[in-house]
Amino acid sequence: HRHLLELLKRTTVHGESNSALIIGPRGSGKTALLNHVLKDLREMKQVRENLLEKPFLPGLLQTNDKVALKEITRQLQLENVVGDKVFGSFAENLAFLLEALRKGDRSSSCPILFVLDEFDLFVHHKNQTLLYNLFDISQSAQTPVTVIGLTCRQDILELLEKRVKSRFSHRQIYLMNSFDFKQYIKIFKKQLSLPAEFPDESFAQKWNNNVQHLSEDKTVQDVLQNLFHHTKDLRSLHLLLMLAVSAVTVHHPLLTAADLQEASRQHSTDSKANIVHGLSVLEICLIIAMKHLNEVYDGEPFNFQMVYNEFQKFIQRKAHSMYNFEKPVVMKAFEHLLQLELVQPLERPSVRAQREYLLMKLLLDSSQIMDALQLYPNCPTDVKQWAASSLSWL
Amino acid sequence: MNTRQQSKLIYSWYGKPLNSDRKLRTSQYKGILITSESSKTETCIQLGDFILVEGVNADQPYVAQLVDLYEDGAQHKRAVVQWFCRLEEIPQNKWKLLKREISAQEVFFDQVLGYDTDIAAETIIKSIMVLPLHLGEELPIITLNKEQTFYVRQSWDGKCFKVLSPDTFSKLKEANKKRGVITNSSKAFIPSDILTPVKKETESVVRSATKPKNADMEIESKHSTSKSSLAKERHSQRVANNDIKTPTARKKLELNSPTRSKGRLLGCEVLGLLDDDCDAVAPLEPSTPKRKVKFTGEILGSPPKIPCSNDKSKSTSETAEHRQRCSDTIRLSPFTKIKDFSEKDRNLHEKDDNLSLVGYQKQSSQIPVLTPRSRRTCAQKTSALIAEQISMLDQEDFLSDSDSSYSSSSEEEEDDDDDVPCTPEKKTKSSRIFSTPKSSRKSAVHTPAKTLKKTPLQGTPRTPRTPRNATPEIPRRIQAAQEPGSVLEEARLRLHVSAIPESLPCREEEFQDIYNFVESKLIDGTGGCMYISGVPGTGKTATVHEVIRCLQQAAENEELPPFQFVEINGMKLTDPHQAYVQILEFLTGQKVTATHAAVLLAKLFSTPGPKRKTTVLIVDELDLLWTRKQNVMYNLFDWPTQKHSKLIILAIANTMDLPERIMMNRVASRLGLTRMSFQPYTYKQLQQIVLSRLKGVKAFEEDAVQLVSRKVAALSGDARRCLDICRRATEICEFTQQKRTPEIVRMAHVTEAIDEMFSSPYVNAIRNASLHEQIFLKAILAEFRRAGVEEATLQQIYHHYVALCRVEGLQSPTVSEVMAICSRLGACRLLLVEASSKYLHMRVRLNLSQDDVMYALREE
Repeated sequence: HRHLLELLKRTTVHGESNSALIIGPRGSGKTALLNHVLKDLREMKQVRENLLEKPFLPGLLQTNDKVALKEITRQLQLENVVGDKVFGSFAENLAFLLEALRKGDRSSSCPILFVLDEFDLFVHHKNQTLLYNLFDISQSAQTPVTVIGLTCRQDILELLEKRVKSRFSHRQIYLMNSFDFKQYIKIFKKQLSLPAEFPDESFAQKWNNNVQHLSEDKTVQDVLQNLFHHTKDLRSLHLLLMLAVSAVTVHHPLLTAADLQEASRQHSTDSKANIVHGLSVLEICLIIAMKHLNEVYDGEPFNFQMVYNEFQKFIQRKAHSMYNFEKPVVMKAFEHLLQLELVQPLERPSVRAQREYLLMKLLLDSSQIMDALQLYPNCPTDVKQWAASSLSWL
Repeated sequence: MNTRQQSKLIYSWYGKPLNSDRKLRTSQYKGILITSESSKTETCIQLGDFILVEGVNADQPYVAQLVDLYEDGAQHKRAVVQWFCRLEEIPQNKWKLLKREISAQEVFFDQVLGYDTDIAAETIIKSIMVLPLHLGEELPIITLNKEQTFYVRQSWDGKCFKVLSPDTFSKLKEANKKRGVITNSSKAFIPSDILTPVKKETESVVRSATKPKNADMEIESKHSTSKSSLAKERHSQRVANNDIKTPTARKKLELNSPTRSKGRLLGCEVLGLLDDDCDAVAPLEPSTPKRKVKFTGEILGSPPKIPCSNDKSKSTSETAEHRQRCSDTIRLSPFTKIKDFSEKDRNLHEKDDNLSLVGYQKQSSQIPVLTPRSRRTCAQKTSALIAEQISMLDQEDFLSDSDSSYSSSSEEEEDDDDDVPCTPEKKTKSSRIFSTPKSSRKSAVHTPAKTLKKTPLQGTPRTPRTPRNATPEIPRRIQAAQEPGSVLEEARLRLHVSAIPESLPCREEEFQDIYNFVESKLIDGTGGCMYISGVPGTGKTATVHEVIRCLQQAAENEELPPFQFVEINGMKLTDPHQAYVQILEFLTGQKVTATHAAVLLAKLFSTPGPKRKTTVLIVDELDLLWTRKQNVMYNLFDWPTQKHSKLIILAIANTMDLPERIMMNRVASRLGLTRMSFQPYTYKQLQQIVLSRLKGVKAFEEDAVQLVSRKVAALSGDARRCLDICRRATEICEFTQQKRTPEIVRMAHVTEAIDEMFSSPYVNAIRNASLHEQIFLKAILAEFRRAGVEEATLQQIYHHYVALCRVEGLQSPTVSEVMAICSRLGACRLLLVEASSKYLHMRVRLNLSQDDVMYALREE
């Protein structure tokens, strides 16, 4: 924080050109840091506040340099110089912007801050022209610029072309979620507490007390610990709290530990296993057949015919408990699974290959299937037994 | 130039050979006939005539006097000329030697030795007048064809201006007289099939008048930055009306011109305008009514300018204030200078409009009387009339704006309207007109900044409008940049890569080599290529620039012939073919498409330009000019090999073997064998570079500098990196010192900076990952060890992962959660993962070595 603040301050005060990268995993507060620093800067240097121009370029929107250039021009408000001229070719634009930036010098021009969000996406632009030019300006006696890139890729420097890399000043600010669990609990409390200026003071008091209480609760701590172990990303904490808080109603004014537990359960459910719960018995049977095939052939792909044969074997043994479905019906069920993406074809279905013989792979792990079966309501015992048996023919 | 190309010109000798030299097989002639096929006119140019010669810039032909005409052994028509040079051809730094204002029409008797006086006769455009004048003498008021008359007062020998020697003066005078005689008596001995050549000539001149006149206007606009745009516009206009020169185009230009003539726009200019008008009317008499309408349109187009001036005149005293106010919101442009012009100029412009109008009217009434033979007398009459006009105008100056004498025709009423200062009605009108795109083209070309300035004044929200090619500018900062306060700040400033050192240490040898190469080529007047390679940050570009700077200095000091310097950077081009456009723009200021530029450049470099200077072209980042057919590179390296190109190319790239690797044989062979490679800096050199930059500032410990340079030299030898580290070290030093007295950068600071720049981020990232992420990485390691392959599917890893979780006593996670973890690590590029649609069968690989992961995980 300090480093970045100093950096930007120097750019504005001394007109020094710089470049830096802020690297950190997702949700580690890169953008928040930058915004915070800018806010500080504005407060500190009110006089200079209007000096700092800030084109903000999200990499996801600027898919190529041409778009990025237009955006820069727009954000620098240079287009009123261009007038109502329809933007010319890419080449003209580049020349135009470079000309604009070349004109200035250290002492007289207003420093410009370029923020490149998702910096890694700019790296993939053709020839890295934009980056080269930005860094080149930052390394030469032209308009003072500061180029700040935000990215989550740790290997970003290896993606830069060597001449671009040479022009980059190699200032990297790494952001890590390096807090421990105690701090995490504190963040939890802070996030949940109501601010002092909340209109209903008595309720705020009550709510905050409750939050304090919650944070000391064992189950809540377990829930948080679990989440903390999974990810230190604060966004997932927000998501969890959001789920929990949305359970709060007029009749249920305070957050309870149970709410949080429920939210955590929702948060961590397995999506594919959930889909299995909604399947028919026939489809479950097919999945079990596939599981057995996977075990027998050690994960080799299978086709419909193999699954059908396996299913037939099961039916023959347990004819009394299962209705013998026609083959087209089974085929239909199989295709339903395909649509749910529980099964995935190895290659694109071609016109010539028969559907029965298309090679498939099951996208579920055996443990997932077993878990799902345990929860499946009204599952025939025969089917359960079949699934549990390690040998398919038993 | 276009018109010329369209109407094919045939050059033939006039008369019999005067004498012929058997040995050299040359024969001399006394004149040349230029026949234009399309207009069926013939022009005769004789020895001693003054001519315009095609130059580098199509808008600005060279002025010369024909000395000799001959046909050489190979049947080529050649001409020997005595050059005159325009002010633009003289280096800018010598202008001050003149100590006086130079009119656009003034040329200098050229005594520079370097120029080739032997030119191809085909480059002659037409004949003109050059009048010798004494130094004190005023420019004569009465002129015939303003755009083809030049004046000579002084001579230029490359170093200083001299008064014309009486000898040359009389010679020139004589040449003029002779010419007068010839033209007057031409009818006597010119074959009868050519009727009145003089008239014909002038007519043809009128046809092609746009060109020289444009050239004049070019001169006038030399201060304005919109020069290139003007040229371009003109160019397009010329293209538009190839054959019939509709006067509209010319009118447009004339309307434009007054604004650009700065203050010193005097009677002569006005006369020129009038004269133009009269010329233009002559051949196009039948279409006059139509023209009138057009003209009205033109005037409609002009109001935006006039109200501005009215505002101006009302508030001249406020000008400064306005400017200040405006500068807050609107960027200042070079035009601010023009703004200083007082209301007098403005009025003058208005007058010009009126005057040209009047002139045109009077002339049009006169023209039917005009017979070819009485051309001269008519011109005299005209000038007399003009003189009247001027005196009238003078009176008008004292009278108010209402000039009732003109109110006969509608367009003049229009004009009068505009002269009435600032009525509300007019304001609205002007703004309305302003918003029509048609008028904007004409008016906006030269008054962008001014209109911008007016916006807050008039209070009407107008769309600011500026020329197509206005040079944009970043707004000025309000407060001046703070000067470095402490020693450390000073050091930091000097260590910034952009800081230009006085000398380039450790590159003396390379510098000398390049310098010698370019110098020798310059002196020989030949072309050549040099290929410079080296890893980034070894000072290639800096050295080359330094060489150029030294050469330019030498050229200024007359030690070397002058040269032009062009630089292109492959990285700053969007497309390799844009290189042509940029080079051409640098050389001539024309802006054309890439293919056209290629053609023009090829022509420029392949034909012997008489007065062309040598061009030094720097091509940075050469490898980016690579195309599939490599025609850009081919052309670039082909030009210097041509006989007349006078082109020196310095190509810069990173890789040493670029010519062998990516170039085709024919390209590589043209590049030649002059190679130079910049070795990465050794630590001693790096140390020297840092120390030389820090000369006089005691900010670094000796050892600290040495450490940095050794470290960098071991890695890359990149000077930029070295400087950046030092800069960072000063920051760290400043950061830690705060409470104590200032200190210098020590080893500790430097080590910290180096660690910051070179440390591997991965280990740190893993250590800060969450518990499950770490377990996942462990699972990956376990799977790799089991399978012996450095790649595994998620399913396999998942099994290990669940097992590991059981060992750790943690709740076993679901597949969805594992997927989330995996994608997070993938986003940080700790892992390389496939697209997640494959779900469990997604393959996972580590992006760093297993040892690193193990090392990072073991520490816990």
